[in-house]
Amino acid sequence: MQLTVNGDVHEVDAPDHWTLLEVLRYRLGLTGSKQGCDKGDCGACTVLVDGEPMISCLMLAREAEGRAVTTIEGLMPAHLAAGGSGADPVQEAFDRTGALQCGFCQSGTMLSARALLHANPNPTEAEVRSALAGNLCRCTGYTQILQAVLLAAAVASKETP
Amino acid sequence: MAARDIHGIEPPWGEFRHVGRRSRKVDGLAKATGAAVYTDDIVLPGMLHAKLLRSTQAHARISGIDAERARQLPGVLGVITGEDLPVKYGILPWTQDETALAVGKVRHVGEPVAAVAAIDEDTANAAVKLIRVEYEPLHAYIDPFESLSRHDPSIHEDHKTGNISKHVHLSFGEVDAALSGADAVVEGDYFFHGTTHAPIEPHCAVARYGADGVLTVWSSTQITHYVHRTLAHVLGIPAHRIRVIQPCLGGAFGGKSDPFSLEFVTAKLSMLTGRPVKLLYTREEVFYTHRGRHPMHMRYRTGAARDGRLAAVDAKIVIDGGAYSSFGLVTTYYAGQLLTGPYDFPAYRFDSTRVFTNKPACGPKRGHGSVQPRFAFEVQLDELAEKLKLDPIEIRRRNLIGARATTVNGQRITSNGVAKCLDFVEKESGWTSRRGRLGYGRGLGVAASMYISGTNYPIYPNPMPQAAVQLKIDRSGLVTVFSGANDIGQGSNSVAQYLVAEELGLALDQVRVVSADTDLCPVDLGAYSSRETFMVGNALIDACRKIRPQLVQAVAAKWQVDAARVRFVDGVVMDLQDASRTMKAAEAICLAEEKFDTLGATGAYNTPTLGGDYRGGTIGASPAYSFTAHAVEVSVDVETGRITCHNVWIAHDCGRALNPMLVAGQMEGSAYMGVAEALMENHDVHPSGLHKGPSLLDYRIPTSLDTPAFHSLIVESLDPEGPYGAKEAGEGPLHPSIPAISNAVFDAVGIRLRRLPFTPGRVLEALRARESAAAKSEPALAAGTR
Repeated sequence: MQLTVNGDVHEVDAPDHWTLLEVLRYRLGLTGSKQGCDKGDCGACTVLVDGEPMISCLMLAREAEGRAVTTIEGLMPAHLAAGGSGADPVQEAFDRTGALQCGFCQSGTMLSARALLHANPNPTEAEVRSALAGNLCRCTGYTQILQAVLLAAAVASKETP
Repeated sequence: MAARDIHGIEPPWGEFRHVGRRSRKVDGLAKATGAAVYTDDIVLPGMLHAKLLRSTQAHARISGIDAERARQLPGVLGVITGEDLPVKYGILPWTQDETALAVGKVRHVGEPVAAVAAIDEDTANAAVKLIRVEYEPLHAYIDPFESLSRHDPSIHEDHKTGNISKHVHLSFGEVDAALSGADAVVEGDYFFHGTTHAPIEPHCAVARYGADGVLTVWSSTQITHYVHRTLAHVLGIPAHRIRVIQPCLGGAFGGKSDPFSLEFVTAKLSMLTGRPVKLLYTREEVFYTHRGRHPMHMRYRTGAARDGRLAAVDAKIVIDGGAYSSFGLVTTYYAGQLLTGPYDFPAYRFDSTRVFTNKPACGPKRGHGSVQPRFAFEVQLDELAEKLKLDPIEIRRRNLIGARATTVNGQRITSNGVAKCLDFVEKESGWTSRRGRLGYGRGLGVAASMYISGTNYPIYPNPMPQAAVQLKIDRSGLVTVFSGANDIGQGSNSVAQYLVAEELGLALDQVRVVSADTDLCPVDLGAYSSRETFMVGNALIDACRKIRPQLVQAVAAKWQVDAARVRFVDGVVMDLQDASRTMKAAEAICLAEEKFDTLGATGAYNTPTLGGDYRGGTIGASPAYSFTAHAVEVSVDVETGRITCHNVWIAHDCGRALNPMLVAGQMEGSAYMGVAEALMENHDVHPSGLHKGPSLLDYRIPTSLDTPAFHSLIVESLDPEGPYGAKEAGEGPLHPSIPAISNAVFDAVGIRLRRLPFTPGRVLEALRARESAAAKSEPALAAGTR
């Protein structure tokens, strides 16, 4: 099958029953997407498919053919390519607010946040809570994650007047 | 205690440059960009995948295992059973009752029985299904009270006390006399249910046995050192031929503190096949691996004088341990030993009994052994306040033990900021003007607690350092810290960077940390009992203070000035009497390397001698205790019985906050976990021995929508023995949230919730019981709107 991930086009040979998560992790070496439950409960494997957050452990890899997949590894290169510096503002904000404790769930959370901020650049805290409700975090109690997303929104709105 | 163990609370160079700041974490951006490598991200050439066959029986003899068809399946390279790994182990040297795979019998559903290594996961899964196990079922113990009363059959046949795992009875002062002389006595039964850690990363291990006879195991463990020791013990390989590495870890909370089946199984299968082997648990397997919070049935009796001063506390506790000992001996002590602060009471007795049952073994979960008694006692204290017509905060204030004190069971308290914690939550929650005045259905509750910053008793008794680090410094200007500590997301590697940069006057990016690799790092006992900031922090300062004079002297010699004039600030060296004279720290390091040869230092820490002079008196004795108070605001829907927690004000005395951002993260994460245990989570086992909901959907952990607003209030009572005065922050702040919710529900609707979890059903039941009691005594009132 042919998959487009983070702008790269890959020819992939994998069993038909493999999920997108399995192909990302075990064929393409993109291990930033995590497997926490393998049944769609935790959201750690969230990636963007055509810009929408999707649970990659519930999606067959074949279903992603012809669509643009973005994983956590794709954010910083895209940000640099767009003329930015450092990591994506969402990634920077998660680091600055202490939202990354064990970090295991956060690649999925950051991608959900990225999708939210594309659709709604100035969300309220309630909107952030709602957008991240599919991403379980066991370390933070979510407080610093909410701060991170609001910080990323504030930084972005300062940069693009 | 050696002088090396206490370093004072003062900044090393006049003022703090890094300590106290909201600095980034050393691994934050690696985690943010997906670059951080967790155990399951490791792929080795030729690596096989292993799977476990697990017991379908709660308690049974194994009369036969036929693995021949699995062995014949193409792609299968190894199959092992209990006979291949027969050596018993356990985290505590006195209670070694586990094997990597069941030998002769199984003691709970989900216990590993056999393991397969194959070329891929699908083949390994198919092979596991081909293994036939013949079981002869035995009576299964699900109710802990049955285990208390009968021992035939015994869950562990060679255990001297039958199904009793451990019994502790300790008494201090004249309990009976104090209770009979008390003005008010409250007595009640409390129940704390089972809960589990549910880290988002499932357990994983990768093992490689090399042709040179060296075994390397990468494991998602929070205790590299104990895994190292236990691998040597079980496999019969000398420890110097084993290397254990903890990669980046995806959450633990105590759930990765035991050596587990997968570490031995991957090692053994790698030895047999000559290839690297990986084993990743499924989420369901994580639930059956468990080692979570022990269910406790607790009976408390507390007496007080009219003014609220506590007279005595009497506790009787039955602990449901599950099938194996794990840390249970310590849990049984902690259930009593850790209750004796932050309040002063002159008489105390506890009797705690841990029993075996045919369920996944319990173990240490955040706030090990002390969260359950704290729940019971803090609710009982509220009941006492009600009886004596005292404000709940006031009764707590009247009983505070204070700083520089000794508890009734002989524990030494150094710093203590709990009074300030209570002041903080009282003020921030608007307690005085709001409690009792929020209208029917909404209320405020309070609770307080204390917790250890590590204990003075290592898991296996030995006189060697409890924490140790090594520094390597060279002409590149970089200091590499080799630390045996396990960073499990709490930030212990970041704390190491802050402390070394502070002590040596360097910029943060001049310090990098290598950790939790037994080949590279000195021995540290690992991430448990909230010991790392305190113990590793002191070891780091010790190491820095050995090397710092060399750096200073090298510069002083170059400048031909007195060493007292040389100051390192953020990577720049200055002459305090000549502002024009500076050099980069990297240059100073070159001068020192020239003058003193290759630069390096080791540092270590051991606790002082602590604890009461009686059997078990050292268990729970800590060099410093943290203190916490919470106020919570809840509303109760009297139609549905649903409790909503709106706000938690968390005041925590962590000593000096080395990085307030990381401290707040620990406080919020702890409070979150407490609220979750109180209102949503339930790790329960069906009478058949099956887990009632072994998934992250059925075991309900809160999402961002279920989580209340947390307000972190840091209190800094500088501890005389902590690194710059720091104490723990990772476990203490969990304790009060659970009783505070029960107490807030009382304020909201007048019912006492003494059984966890506080489900809508229990709330409705209590409301109905209250109403029918009221109807009996005052029929007219009960007909009203309440």
